[in-house]
Amino acid sequence: MSTFLGMPAARDGRGPSPEAAPGTLSGVGRPEDPLHWGASFPDAAKAALDNGQLRRNLGNATSTIRTKRARVVGEVPDWEPLRDAGSAVKTDVMARLPELLETLERNVTARGGVVHWARDAAEANRIVASLVREKETDEVVKVKSMATQEIGLNEALAEEGIAAVETDLAELIVQLADDMPSHILVPAIHRNRTEIRDIFLERMADAPPDLTDVPRELAMAARAHLRRKFLSAKVAISGANFAVADTGTLAVVESEGNGRMCLTLPETLITVMGIEKLIPTFDDLEVFLQLLPRSSTGERMNPYTSMWTGVTPGDGPQEFHLVLLDNGRTRVLADEAGRSALHCIRCSACLNVCPVYERVGGHAYGSVYPGPIGAILTPQLTGEKSDLPYASTLCGACYQVCPVKIDIPSILVELRAREVSLAGSSPDTADRVWKAAMKAASFAMADGARFRRAARAPRLLRAISRNGVIRRLPFPGSLWTRSRDLPEPPKQTFHDWWAGREDGR
Amino acid sequence: MRIALAATCIADAMFPQAPRAVVTLLERLGHEVVFPAGQACCGQMHVNTGYLAEAVPVVQNHVRTFAPVADGEWDAVVVPSGSCTGSIRHQQAMVLERAGLPAEARAATAVAERTYELSELLVDVLGVTDVGAWFPHRVTYHPTCHSLRMLGVGDKPERLLRAVEGLELAPLAEAEGCCGFGGTFSLKNADTSAAMLQDKVATVVDTGAEVLTAGDWSCLMHIGGGLSRGGTAVRPMHLAEILASTREAPVVLGPPAGSGTHQEVAR
Repeated sequence: MSTFLGMPAARDGRGPSPEAAPGTLSGVGRPEDPLHWGASFPDAAKAALDNGQLRRNLGNATSTIRTKRARVVGEVPDWEPLRDAGSAVKTDVMARLPELLETLERNVTARGGVVHWARDAAEANRIVASLVREKETDEVVKVKSMATQEIGLNEALAEEGIAAVETDLAELIVQLADDMPSHILVPAIHRNRTEIRDIFLERMADAPPDLTDVPRELAMAARAHLRRKFLSAKVAISGANFAVADTGTLAVVESEGNGRMCLTLPETLITVMGIEKLIPTFDDLEVFLQLLPRSSTGERMNPYTSMWTGVTPGDGPQEFHLVLLDNGRTRVLADEAGRSALHCIRCSACLNVCPVYERVGGHAYGSVYPGPIGAILTPQLTGEKSDLPYASTLCGACYQVCPVKIDIPSILVELRAREVSLAGSSPDTADRVWKAAMKAASFAMADGARFRRAARAPRLLRAISRNGVIRRLPFPGSLWTRSRDLPEPPKQTFHDWWAGREDGR
Repeated sequence: MRIALAATCIADAMFPQAPRAVVTLLERLGHEVVFPAGQACCGQMHVNTGYLAEAVPVVQNHVRTFAPVADGEWDAVVVPSGSCTGSIRHQQAMVLERAGLPAEARAATAVAERTYELSELLVDVLGVTDVGAWFPHRVTYHPTCHSLRMLGVGDKPERLLRAVEGLELAPLAEAEGCCGFGGTFSLKNADTSAAMLQDKVATVVDTGAEVLTAGDWSCLMHIGGGLSRGGTAVRPMHLAEILASTREAPVVLGPPAGSGTHQEVAR
């Protein structure tokens, strides 16, 4: 699902922008592993924080969509019961996923579709590439899909000589700029409209040479470019928002209509879907088609909802393949504490309310899944050591807006515990220092008398306090005092004050 | 009522004026305050940083110290912190359960069920919103994340503040946004934390308030550290300190921290 939120303007005017020297339009490049790339979160965040334009773009965009979401959610009288229903359906799905997947396979097959099972990214990419090769074409059109971003499908197809054309406006911008998406719903949220104009002029061969950065003109240029692709493509590749086990129906919700073109015009449709996207019955769509658009684009209803069930003779694609992707999902499912991350319907409401995401943007997370949901999903999918579980203040805003009530803060804490055990024998100095500090604090804080003595220690800092504050501490205290003062510790702790008061009685 | 006070480790060591104000306030309202000396910390820092094994003895100590409330020796436990109350209510039993201590986990739940954050105790348990306080200053209130979203204290702190004689409550823009503290987040992701703090400080300064208040000294320490670093005159004060102030025993504002003439909290 994608939407057009308007594009922030860095400046107005026609012609190439003077600051855009050739090459600077290029994005972060396409990584080897779309779930783990770039610098550490703290380092990547620091770089993003230094980019004032990016912070303004993100601040404006997330605040606009937050407000829209709050308004349309506020008008639904049974929003909380809807969230409960969404959560209950997904919990049920995870409890009987194997059975439901087989039901889906049976029903898709019965309606003329072909189901493929992919254990990981490489297997999914191989399946899709061989299906496309069979059709003897070297170009496919794509509907915006997180699953295919996750497996790096476009790069895998390119190695086979197949060009995959993203047809969602924002995904097209990301692709043309050799960039990575920085938001689940609004992948080019980090770009302003002047950059987009420059990207089109430099990288889109049929862009009008007098293109301006007026959003309508940009959209029209993309539209003309894509229309030619829709009409010539023999194969389309999509993801899926939902798959109904009972009927074998697939559903894609979107805003631009590009998805509808891809899903109806080409002769062959290949859908790559994470195995967690299932819902048991067609009636369950009623819940999710209310929850998803209000949570994601802040609309009562998304403009286009496309559903298809197998193959319908004489109408739409005459060949349909469904690739069911695991890629770490069964590992997440096996983890009782973290499995509800699989309930996610990719609405991105948690990104838009997250105070960390709002300031650092999506690339800092080094995964196609950024923000709070990315911080719990990415490390679980990869099973690797990660600093993402710490990329949160645990403020709880994500949990409050999640349409399927994923308790992201609690899962973050679970994953932090996992990081600590992974770091157990780590030779990393920072890991060892943290461990030693936490052990010492645990000893001091597990007994009233020991704590009472330890609590007097900060008093020593009064020696370096000036005017009631401490402005500079040595490392690691410098991590604090670099941007904040520390107040002067008191002469007397509360423990000591109370003891004195009792003695005085 | 006989009310046991959990001072919180950070306030005990760094901001004793807050638990002292709780004592003053509750005694003024006619209640008896008990301070179980065995207390140290609720374990939140360890849990939220992922050190669950190291959290166990800390949580055990807390549960042991406050267990008498479950036997009726005290009527309630009060905590002048939303996040510590949240940890007691939502994390302690989980930590003990995972450590294979189901009986202690049940004891933790029994203690947690009788544990209240200060505004909850005043409004829900004691049924007061006008505590007879006097504080003739312009004040803005930051609803801390865990008070707001973990405990759901709603507008209880604001109702208490509005009933304070002489107090002018200045609305805070983007009030529900996190200040960026997040415990060890402020060290592990110091730059992001500082960026969030910068925005919070700007909205606080925009209110024109003399005092910033909240129900958690941890968040106040963070925002207060940003306010004094920024050379602003806004003073951080815990909700309890404002509610403890009366005409007879007023809390007098000294010059702000870092301003050259340091404030000692008057009492």
